[in-house]
Amino acid sequence: MEMPITQRVYRHRWPVRVLHWVNVICLTVLIGSGLQIFNAHPNLSWGQTNTDEGTWLAMGASRGADNAPRGATTLLGHTFQTDGVLGASAVNGHHVQRGFPAWATIPGPTWLAMGRRWHFFFAWVFVINGLLYLAWSIGSGHFQKDLLPTRRDWRGFGQSIWDHLRLRHPHGDEALRYNILQRLAYLGVIAVLCGIALMGMAMSPRLDAAFPWLVDWVGGRQSARSIHFLLACAVVAFVAVHLFEVLVSGVVNQVRSMITGYYTVKMKEPHE
Amino acid sequence: MSDRRDFLRQAVLSAMGVLLVGCDRISDSGTGPRILESAEGLTRRAQGLVSPASRLAKEFSVSDISPVFKANGTTMPTTEHYLALMRDGFRNYRLKVDGLVRRPGAWSFDELRTLGERTQITRHDCVEGWSAIGQWTGTPLAALLAAVEPTTSAKYVVFHCFDQWDDEVFYYESLDLKEARHPQTILAYSLNGETLPVGNGAPLRLRVERQLGYKHAKYIERIELVESFENIGDGNGGYWEDNGYEWYAGI
Repeated sequence: MEMPITQRVYRHRWPVRVLHWVNVICLTVLIGSGLQIFNAHPNLSWGQTNTDEGTWLAMGASRGADNAPRGATTLLGHTFQTDGVLGASAVNGHHVQRGFPAWATIPGPTWLAMGRRWHFFFAWVFVINGLLYLAWSIGSGHFQKDLLPTRRDWRGFGQSIWDHLRLRHPHGDEALRYNILQRLAYLGVIAVLCGIALMGMAMSPRLDAAFPWLVDWVGGRQSARSIHFLLACAVVAFVAVHLFEVLVSGVVNQVRSMITGYYTVKMKEPHE
Repeated sequence: MSDRRDFLRQAVLSAMGVLLVGCDRISDSGTGPRILESAEGLTRRAQGLVSPASRLAKEFSVSDISPVFKANGTTMPTTEHYLALMRDGFRNYRLKVDGLVRRPGAWSFDELRTLGERTQITRHDCVEGWSAIGQWTGTPLAALLAAVEPTTSAKYVVFHCFDQWDDEVFYYESLDLKEARHPQTILAYSLNGETLPVGNGAPLRLRVERQLGYKHAKYIERIELVESFENIGDGNGGYWEDNGYEWYAGI
């Protein structure tokens, strides 16, 4: 068995690292406080206003003989028993009616006013952070060089999917550049995050007065609320896949590289 | 390997727990919310820049009107004074206007109508998240203010309401003069072509179309012009503001 030759490479420049961790904090708080805000009206509808026909997601509870709430979720007309998690769950030892459970919301107990405070403060940090990221990425060439797929990247599309499915991770020089799926995932999540911010602004009545076309474009304010929620679900899905990939591709090395910038790469595959 | 996985799982769960407990601690502290609240001024100024003060909220057509306009918050005030007025169909209702004005007084519906009338079909956005569209008719607040002549020191318009919360506190709200003089800021006495129902704020309610529902004070008893709302209620400019909500409700 031949020992692999490893090399320490400076992989993530400091703006990427700083903005990445600020973004982690922002998204965590925004999702938690967003679910708190959602809980004030745990229904989602299409259109300008809330109508029974337009409602596609509803969380609620029925009361049994013991008068305890039994949580249920209705998605696209199908009702699921989701007691304990969605519709009704425990808050400080009491089983109460609420959309998302206390462990997922900021603050934990029902407190819309404080949820809004958290949400809008971190929305500002998130937007400023995102604009700095876009400005730096484009200004430094990171966006064009590392994120936009090249023709070669596209040619490796099928191979990359196959490698990801087998959890095979590239070595050597190939490990030092983003592969096609990474590029598409990062570009996709940037687009989704821009969309979330836009849909958040579309829900603001004052901004609606200035940009009514934004809310009309998506079919109304409740549609904007639905899309804001769905895009946030897409971000959660991205984070889940992102964390999974970090875990299976050398978690210490990956996390360290996002803190110190240095990444250890195997230049030669060991013989098996 | 499984040790490592357990460790990671424990680490992630503890981090989440620390984060949530930490956020709750900050919410309950004195300084934390003050820092979070600093975003409100930034939002108000930024929205003022991109959405000029004179810009109108979108108006809809008759076919867009919601079949039911949800009555939220108080739906029936309980003070004897209000109930007596209600039993009489609000014939004896007079809107009192006082404070920093040159011509304080009490206005009947007929007198308010001489000031002009505006009808608008607008979308109402509740802080809870739902929306409804309704047609409102009422007196432009700008016309009433012109008639009562605010003094130069007047900065805010305060709406004192008939409905009580928590058994004692009366609902109130406030606007700055710029928002109060916006063409769509009206004192509405009609919803969808009918006399304003009690559930929606009879005899008179505020419409301030570019802000969230709680700014639209229902059951208005008296309007007061003030230089500062520091000494009214808990000093935050409104009942919900005293309970932690933003005074600027454009978002």
